[in-house]
Amino acid sequence: MSRIGVFVCWCGENIARTVDVDRVVQEVAKLPGVRCAQNYKYMCSDPGQSMIREKIVSEKLDGVVVASCSPHMHLKTFRKAAQTAGLNPYLLEIANIREHCSWVHPDREQATAKAIELIRMAVAKVKNNHALEPIKVPVTRRALIVGGGVAGIQAALDIADAGYEVVMVEREPSIGGKMAGLSETFPTLDCSQCILTPRMVDVGQHPRIKLYTYSEVEAVEGFIGNFEITIRQKARYVDITKCTGCGECSTACPLKKNKSEFDFGMGTRPAIYMPFPQAVPARPVIDKNVCAMLTRGKCGVCAKKCAAGAINFKDEDKLVKEKVGAVVLATGFKLYDIGKKSGNVTGYGEYGYGKYKDVIDSLQFERLVSASGPTNGEIKRPSDGKTPKNVVFISCVGSRDNAKGLPYCSKICCMYTAKHTMLYKHKVHDGQAHVFYMDIRSAGKGYDEFVRRAIEQDGAKYYRGRVSKITEQDGKLIVRGADTLAGKPVTVEADLVVLAAAMRPADGVTELAQKLNVGYDQFGFLMESHPKLRPVETNTAGVYICGAAQAPKDIPESVAQASAAASKVQITLAASELTREPEIAHINETTCAACFRCYEACPYHAIEKAEVRNRKGELVKRTARVNVGLCMGCGTCVSVCPSKSADIEGFTEQETYAMIESLI
Amino acid sequence: MNLGYYPGCALHGSSDDYQQSLKACFSALDVSLKELDDWICCGATAAHSLNHKLSIALPARNLGLAAQQGCKELLAPCSMCSLQLKKAQKAIAGDAALAAEMSRIVEAKPDDARVLNLIEAFENVGLEKIKTAVKTPLEDFKVACYYGCLLTRPPKVAEFDDCEQPESMDRVVEALGAKAVAWNYKTECCGAGMTMASEETVLELSHKILADAAAHGAQSIAVACPMCHVNLDMKQSAIEARYGTKYGMTIYYLCDLVGLALGLTPQALGINRHFAGRKA
Repeated sequence: MSRIGVFVCWCGENIARTVDVDRVVQEVAKLPGVRCAQNYKYMCSDPGQSMIREKIVSEKLDGVVVASCSPHMHLKTFRKAAQTAGLNPYLLEIANIREHCSWVHPDREQATAKAIELIRMAVAKVKNNHALEPIKVPVTRRALIVGGGVAGIQAALDIADAGYEVVMVEREPSIGGKMAGLSETFPTLDCSQCILTPRMVDVGQHPRIKLYTYSEVEAVEGFIGNFEITIRQKARYVDITKCTGCGECSTACPLKKNKSEFDFGMGTRPAIYMPFPQAVPARPVIDKNVCAMLTRGKCGVCAKKCAAGAINFKDEDKLVKEKVGAVVLATGFKLYDIGKKSGNVTGYGEYGYGKYKDVIDSLQFERLVSASGPTNGEIKRPSDGKTPKNVVFISCVGSRDNAKGLPYCSKICCMYTAKHTMLYKHKVHDGQAHVFYMDIRSAGKGYDEFVRRAIEQDGAKYYRGRVSKITEQDGKLIVRGADTLAGKPVTVEADLVVLAAAMRPADGVTELAQKLNVGYDQFGFLMESHPKLRPVETNTAGVYICGAAQAPKDIPESVAQASAAASKVQITLAASELTREPEIAHINETTCAACFRCYEACPYHAIEKAEVRNRKGELVKRTARVNVGLCMGCGTCVSVCPSKSADIEGFTEQETYAMIESLI
Repeated sequence: MNLGYYPGCALHGSSDDYQQSLKACFSALDVSLKELDDWICCGATAAHSLNHKLSIALPARNLGLAAQQGCKELLAPCSMCSLQLKKAQKAIAGDAALAAEMSRIVEAKPDDARVLNLIEAFENVGLEKIKTAVKTPLEDFKVACYYGCLLTRPPKVAEFDDCEQPESMDRVVEALGAKAVAWNYKTECCGAGMTMASEETVLELSHKILADAAAHGAQSIAVACPMCHVNLDMKQSAIEARYGTKYGMTIYYLCDLVGLALGLTPQALGINRHFAGRKA
């Protein structure tokens, strides 16, 4: 026979006004198994909790029902009280007689009757409850950061500075990401490299950061606290432990006319190259598609020049494994490929990008004005190296264009376009910048002032309207567009045109997200768990996101988000064990028929295919098994299980049916 | 090979030379053009600017006739006609209720005959086949391929290779051994029907096209639209007079060039009936 205590709360007047709490106590005291029933004005208050604690001890209660507000409000409070008194917290249930009863019913008689029913259900459930213990998951106190741009760097440094080990994986030969290639940054015009490269060095030299460059995440296994990551280290053909970074190899390499990825094709690099002088690690890589030795087996000049003997033409991809407890995805963005088909997105043939040499995109322009760029920061147009006297900037190329499949705003283009006009004017004093825009979106600290400065002090001409066509005539680009404020067509004879292409997620992000079971939106941007309250969490526990991989954003925002993700990682790694609620799925392995419908249905990949073996090691049967680290307790497995072998602890079918039966 | 043929008003009127060229050229390619019996106007500019339903019903009637006459592929050599036919086809295909209503109005079931513009008709014959049939390669021809505004647009209806930088006509011209020059005004407007209301507009717009073609080294312009031909060819002397220039630019229908390469005489193709450029 059970010994259950029922405690009915008035919630001041919230419950007592509509529910006759005295009568409720009288009625529920008669229920079989109920040892005592009491009401009190504020059950959640200290005296109220004491009352529960005392009764648990004095009446030797083996179950408690608190009839009060929603369990969202005070379940934890009351369970803690029960635990203090020595009762397993999972033997306490709440009957919600406030939100589900007193607040929504005006009739006192009916509300009182309903409150009694709700308590009767809760009593029936508690009778079937059994003690549960929180699940302890060991935690590998290291973090993986995927992506070494400014967001990844910030997250890595924050986590490492907090005392945890960090593994950083970067696809390119150097960390630094897009920011390393930018000229100056809005709204302060401080030099991008000057502020980023010291942080890159910090990453490179940090005793707790292990850096894998020119590497990609190949596979992910495990769950929060216990991920095992397989990393593919792509063949670099240079042993970076032997290499001193002297650069003799690049100087000697005869194949120097390859388009530089770092300069977005605006400059050239040798077949063996460091992406840029401040690269971290400051070690070169051989482009295997170009290198004469690797393509035709002839040359080897770099190997002869290398005093350290670091060149290894027989290098191969290597797979390494790392164990981590948390993952941060900071994979960044790329620009919309103007005029080229990618997925369902194509268009802007009218701008002649790729056809006219002097029509470039914004990242190419960044390299053109960057002191470390192919022209050493002198603005020379690609076709003939002349200084352009009229430059047209077109914003929203792809962005906010439903016909191109990109209806979203890329957020930063208004700002960097204003910056471009200023940088241009500061370098070409007699030049004129023209901007075609749809709307100027410059929300942010000092942002609108910055755009006004571009217009008012540096004299950029802004036309609100779109460009319909760009044609080339006698070395000039004829830009025809509309000025919708003046209601007139505009034609500008430009020497250079810069297209502010939309931001899209980096290539391969969706594949990576699938490996980690992280969601992404229709454009491929990674999905946060909640857009407002869980902005850096994903729906997979232990995996966090930051930077432009989540949505277009600027540097300050990426950095802030990276620090947010880092603090979430620190919470995860703070304890050597993670405590998880035990209210998760459980498979009865005796009855499981190993049909694995649950395995297919589980949205969290928390079901494993397991084998039961006897002492001799012979296979007895196959069964589904729940990975307690991954299960989120959603109950999908319970609904698909044909043999009723799956159940959710704390919400078992037995408990649920007992509740229903108590009503009939 | 049989090809359904929807001439539209122009080819039975002012652009009779286009029809002459078309028939001569396709017969040289062993393609016989079977004119749709009892065809009506496609609606052109007038219908869709006045009554949306009418703009679908008129082409739907022609598509219905095509179905009744067993025509699976229908050449509409005027870019306005081919566009209107394709547009109606798309509208009907996406809307079962509209399709039923149209069948009732036009007293025929508009079928899904493949509507071809002139370029597509040549692609349908096959560029390789045309290449092998060439008797006199057009080696010294430098041609600016002019697509105009309606052939490639709107993109969702026309489904062109690239509505802003199209290449498909260039490929036909290159198959004939001619050089298709790279130029800027492939898809600009010639002024079209404004020739009636405001000739000056047409002269200005068409002048830009001629000037750009000449500036990029073209000696002739290829078109696949009767309206474009009128504005660039018939109005060329007026343009030259107004702007004080001399272009002498021959404006070929695309089938003229194919015909010439196949060994047909300019007379057979009706090129001698053009106004501007070198006379045969």
